[in-house]
Amino acid sequence: MTTTAVRKDGPAAVTPAPTVGSHVRTYLSRVRGGDVGALPAVLGLIVLCTVFAVMRPSSFLSAGNFANLFTQGAAVTLIAMGLVFVLLLGEIDLSAGFASGVCAAVLANVVTVLGYPWWVAVLAAVGTGLVIGTTLGLLVAKIGVPSFVVTLAGFLAFQGIVLMLVKDGTNISVRDEVLVAIANRNLTPTLGWALAALAVVGYGTVQLLRHRNRVARGLITDPIAVVALRIGGLAVILGAAVYVLNLERSRNVLVVSLKGVPIVVPIIAVLLVIWTFVLQRTSYGRHIYAVGGNREAARRAGIGIDRIRISVFVICSSMAAIGGIVAASRANSVDPNTGGSNVLLYAVGAAVIGGTSLFGGKGRVLDAVLGGAVVAVIENGMGLMGYSAGVKYVVTGVVLMLAATVDALSRRRAAATGTR
Amino acid sequence: MSATPLLELRGIDKSFGPVQVLRDVAFTVHPGEVTALVGDNGAGKSTLVKCISGIYPTDAGEVLFNGEQVHINSPRDAAALGIEVVYQDLALCDNLDIVQNMFLGREKRSGIVLDEPTMEQLAAETLAGLSIRTVTSLRQHVSSLSGGQRQTVAIAKAVLWNSKLVILDEPTAALGVAQTAQVLELVRRLADNGLAVVLISHNMNDVFAVSDRIAALYLGQMVAQVKTTDITHAQVVELITAGRSGGLGLATDPGTGGNGNGPQPADSTSGGHR
Repeated sequence: MTTTAVRKDGPAAVTPAPTVGSHVRTYLSRVRGGDVGALPAVLGLIVLCTVFAVMRPSSFLSAGNFANLFTQGAAVTLIAMGLVFVLLLGEIDLSAGFASGVCAAVLANVVTVLGYPWWVAVLAAVGTGLVIGTTLGLLVAKIGVPSFVVTLAGFLAFQGIVLMLVKDGTNISVRDEVLVAIANRNLTPTLGWALAALAVVGYGTVQLLRHRNRVARGLITDPIAVVALRIGGLAVILGAAVYVLNLERSRNVLVVSLKGVPIVVPIIAVLLVIWTFVLQRTSYGRHIYAVGGNREAARRAGIGIDRIRISVFVICSSMAAIGGIVAASRANSVDPNTGGSNVLLYAVGAAVIGGTSLFGGKGRVLDAVLGGAVVAVIENGMGLMGYSAGVKYVVTGVVLMLAATVDALSRRRAAATGTR
Repeated sequence: MSATPLLELRGIDKSFGPVQVLRDVAFTVHPGEVTALVGDNGAGKSTLVKCISGIYPTDAGEVLFNGEQVHINSPRDAAALGIEVVYQDLALCDNLDIVQNMFLGREKRSGIVLDEPTMEQLAAETLAGLSIRTVTSLRQHVSSLSGGQRQTVAIAKAVLWNSKLVILDEPTAALGVAQTAQVLELVRRLADNGLAVVLISHNMNDVFAVSDRIAALYLGQMVAQVKTTDITHAQVVELITAGRSGGLGLATDPGTGGNGNGPQPADSTSGGHR
C-alpha cells in the first residue's frame, strides 16, 4: 500500500515511476516518520533467536524445538488473531482467554462425556464462541458499557463457567483421534512441500496479476523487482521452514518416526490468509479500519457502527474458540486452567508486540502471528535456559511494555512528522 | 442560469422542545452559483443545513428539489438526491489514504473484493476535474496532509458522486491565507462546473470573494437573500447582527416575523449574474 498513484495524464505533479531504490527510501522515511509496522517484532525475533541460539545451540536450534515453537505458540497466536479485530476499534477483550477455556470445555464435554463425533464438538465449541462474542458485542455496542468492563466481567464469569463445565476441578480428557491430531500430529513431508509450493504459487499469482492490472490501467505500481523480491522472500522462508520441519526429530527412529509440518501450521496459515483478505480486500475490513480511525467519520459515511462493533467481538470470541480447541488438543484434556493464567495476556501481548496499536485503527492479522512467534520464542528459550516461570513472566512483561512503548512513541513521532 | 432553483425551501419550521430554532425559513439555491449562508452564532445555520441533509426532520414547510417536492428523511435520501455536506471537522479517517477516504462507505467492488484500481482512477479523474494539483500521491494517508489538502480531499469526496448540491460548513475557518485562497478557488470552480454550492462562513472577505448570492439568517429567520453585487459589506454585517439594514431584513417590529425572503429583489428571476 505504498504505491504512488498518479495517472499518466493525471493532475498532480508527475511523480517518476518508483524504482527499487526509491521504494527502499520511501520505506526508510516511513520508518523514520514513526510508521514502524512489524519492524520491532521482526528485529526482536532475530535478536531473541540469536541470543538463545548462542546460549543453547544444541537444544534451541534443534529441529524438534523448532516444531515445538509452533505447537507451543499456536493457541495464543490464534486468540491474538481475533484480538487484532477488537484492538483495531480501540476496544479490548479481556475475556478472550477464558472464552477459549469455556469453548474448550464445551468441546471436551460434547466429545468425551456425551460421546458425539469430533466435528459436532468443534461446531459446538465455535458456536459457543459465536454466542459469547455476540453477547459481549451487544453489551458494548447497544448498551454502551465500556468493553474493558464488559470483558472484565466476562473474564470472571467465564472462569466460573469453565469450573462448572469441568465439574469443579477434575479434568476431562480428549482422546478423539482427529482432535488430538490437530496439535500433536504432522503432515507427511510430501504434503508439507506441496502446501508450501501452493502457497508460493498462489501468492505469486495474486501479486503478479495485481501488478499487471495496475500497469495496464496506467496506475503507478511497485517496481517488478520489488514484487519478485516479495515472492522470492516468501518462497525462501517457507522452503527453509518446511525443510527443517521435515527433518527427522525423533530421538529413536526405530521406535517412532517424527517428522513433517505440524498440522496447526497450515490451520494458522489458512486463517491468516482468510482474515487478511477480509481486512484488506473487503469493504467490511475497510469499515473496521474506518471505525477505528474516526468513528464519527465512519458514521457519517453511512457505515453501521454497531454492526461493526458487535462483529469484531464475534470474530474475537470465535477465534478464541479455535484457540481453545488447539489448546485442548495439545494438552489432550481440558482442565479449569485451560485458557487461564497467562493465555490472555500473552495473546494481547502478541498482537501489540506484532505492531497492532492499542489506540485503534492500525494493525494486521499478520502482526498477531509475528507477535505470537516472539512470545513463543521467549517462553521456549527461557525454558530451555532453565529459568523459572517467574523470570519468564518478568521478561514477557518487559517485552510487552517495550512493544506498547514503541506503539506510543511511534504515534507521537507520527503526529510530529505528520505521517502514520 | 436556469430559472428553476435547484433547491427551494418554503416555510421551514424547526423546534427543539420549547426552543424554536428555525421560523418560517425560505431559502433558494441555484445551480452554477455559490450561495453564502451567513448569520451569527445560534442563528440557525447549522440546523438549516442539517435539515437539508436529512439529519434533522423539519416540523413544517416544504422542500423542492429541481422544482419537485421531496421529503428528505435521512442522510441517505439527501445523498440520493445529490446533496453532499462537507462538515467543518471534515470527517476524514486519518489512518486511511485519500482514495479510501473518498470512497468510504461507498466502495467500488467486483464481487466481494474491493476494486482498488477503479477507485484510484475515479479519484484521480475527480481531482483532475477540479484541477487539484496540491496532492502528490493518492495513496498518502490523510494524516500526512495539510489542513488545506484535507479540505480539498473532503470537497473532492463530496463532488465524486455526481452531486448537484455541495454544502460547505466553514471550509476556511482553520486555514492560513494561501490555503484559504486555494480552497476558495476550488469553491468557485465547483460552481463554474455547474454545481450548486452553499457556503457557510463567518468571514465576509471569503463571502464577497466567491459568492453570487448571500442569504442572512437572524435568530432563526431568513432576513434577506440578495445578490452579492447588490449589497455592501456593512449591510451584511448589519443583517447578521441586527436582522435588518435599511430596506432589507425584518420589519421594524421583529415580533411580526420576517416573510423569509425579505424584499424581493433577490428573486430567482431577477436575471443573470457575472
